[in-house]
Amino acid sequence: MLEGVPLFMSPIIEIDKLTHIYLPGTPFQVTSLDSISLDIEKGVFFAIIGSTGSGKSTLVRHFNGLLTPAAGKVRVCGIDISDKRQRRNLWRSVGLVFQQPEQQLFEETVFADVAFGPRNMGLSEAEVTERVHEALRLVGLDPLEAGRMSPFHMSGGMRRKAAIAGVLALKPEVLILDEPTAGLDPQGKRHLMKHVEEFRRREGATIILVTHDMEEVALMAERVAVLNRGRLVMEGKPREIFSRAAELFAIGLDLPAPTHLMHQLRLLGKPVRTDVLTAAEAEEEIAGLLGEV
Amino acid sequence: MLSGITLGQYIPGHSLLHLLDPRTKVIGVLASAVSIIAFTNWQGFVLVTLLTLTALLVSKLPLGIILGSLKSLWLLLVITFLLQTFLTPGTLLVELGPLSISREGLFAAGEIVLRLALLILIAFLPTLTTPPIKLTAGLEGILSPLQRLGVPAHELALMMTLALRFIPTLLQEAEVVISAQRSRGAGFTTGSPARWAKSLLPLFVPLFAGALRRADDLAVAMESRCYRGGANRTRMSTLKFSALDYVVIGVTLAVLAGVVALRLI
Repeated sequence: MLEGVPLFMSPIIEIDKLTHIYLPGTPFQVTSLDSISLDIEKGVFFAIIGSTGSGKSTLVRHFNGLLTPAAGKVRVCGIDISDKRQRRNLWRSVGLVFQQPEQQLFEETVFADVAFGPRNMGLSEAEVTERVHEALRLVGLDPLEAGRMSPFHMSGGMRRKAAIAGVLALKPEVLILDEPTAGLDPQGKRHLMKHVEEFRRREGATIILVTHDMEEVALMAERVAVLNRGRLVMEGKPREIFSRAAELFAIGLDLPAPTHLMHQLRLLGKPVRTDVLTAAEAEEEIAGLLGEV
Repeated sequence: MLSGITLGQYIPGHSLLHLLDPRTKVIGVLASAVSIIAFTNWQGFVLVTLLTLTALLVSKLPLGIILGSLKSLWLLLVITFLLQTFLTPGTLLVELGPLSISREGLFAAGEIVLRLALLILIAFLPTLTTPPIKLTAGLEGILSPLQRLGVPAHELALMMTLALRFIPTLLQEAEVVISAQRSRGAGFTTGSPARWAKSLLPLFVPLFAGALRRADDLAVAMESRCYRGGANRTRMSTLKFSALDYVVIGVTLAVLAGVVALRLI
């Protein structure tokens, strides 16, 4: 047991019957989140999946106080997000990387853009520089070379990295990424996920990943929540979630490729485990199958 | 925040105003606007006020929407009122240090604010009661006789259609950018004017970059569909004047004539 850590740590994010209504009181009213209750433990790699329009992005925007609940409670780092005065400082501890974050770059140089957050925190210039360099290195950009470049003269993948560095430089306790790998090439995806995991290990941060990529979930996540039409329909370990294939298909989701393969083999009557997540595990099962013949 | 119902957005309905030909609405609003600017005496004021109120009643728009258009421009109204009040010389009423209020100033301020309010109310009616596509078709219809003089009527109408089409998109994008920069600690509302202007850079640079990128994409998309402006293009629905249209144009022109006549008397 670690010293100084209380025995019963409360979750870093506690959501109790959260409901969110879009454009209330107009003809366009929609209930986009319906009575969601969920706890997210500190330091966990948490994935949120669900088809388009299931409420994933709306949900995570409550985590740093951009949205407030119509009903229910959300506590993040011990702060009730309905509290207006405390909510205003939530950005210091909860970093949110939006979809296509490269579209929010605005400074003349990458350095200045990444420094935007730390400067807003009121850090000294030396500290700002240190954080910017650290963040750029973390996403695989050269602080000196890339830092001097204009974000508008960089490739899409590099701009994405720079934009994510801008949030990492805040060193948030909770890092939320909304479809961070959408539109990146396979190698870019792998690298980005590696950087995120490294950030988590180094800072002890909690990661919340909103994604459509089931392989990413299988590889990275320790827990998964599944949303469908604004409701929380499943929550658990990836292995448990992906064993419920039929339910996932029914709400427009998919399985990671290795898991899918195992389900197919099982359908053909082969004695394989269906709760595999990675290619390595699938390989083992297939080798077992072949050895048996 | 910014999303949802935008200012002047089309509110579907079946009122007489909704049924009018878009060309009628454009002509009617132009005539009314000129009347509102041109009246000089109380008879003229009564006339244009009656016209505006009738138009609002006939539109059957919810009161909240109508007042919303005024509310959106309240700052303009307040500033105009203050400038007129303090800067018009005349019989002194009150003196507050360097500032003085004159009788004439107060009257002039009241008058200009009434004029502006009437203008705003009438100017929003076409967009509130006409779908954007129909409205631009109407504008094109009105401008097309000028085509022989070299006025690019179709291109102007197309530009308007595109601008209207992208307002909601831009607002949505602005909301995302604001949220994203807030998440990095940006404050958009505090500080001196200079600092405030600087604090808007993180919003406007990405917004303009996005708009330019989108314009580029749109141009490519149109070109790849071999789009050519004007030349022999037809519309899904052709515009047709009904008896009602003639009545409305007649009434608004009559009011304009009345206001001008009252002015000359």
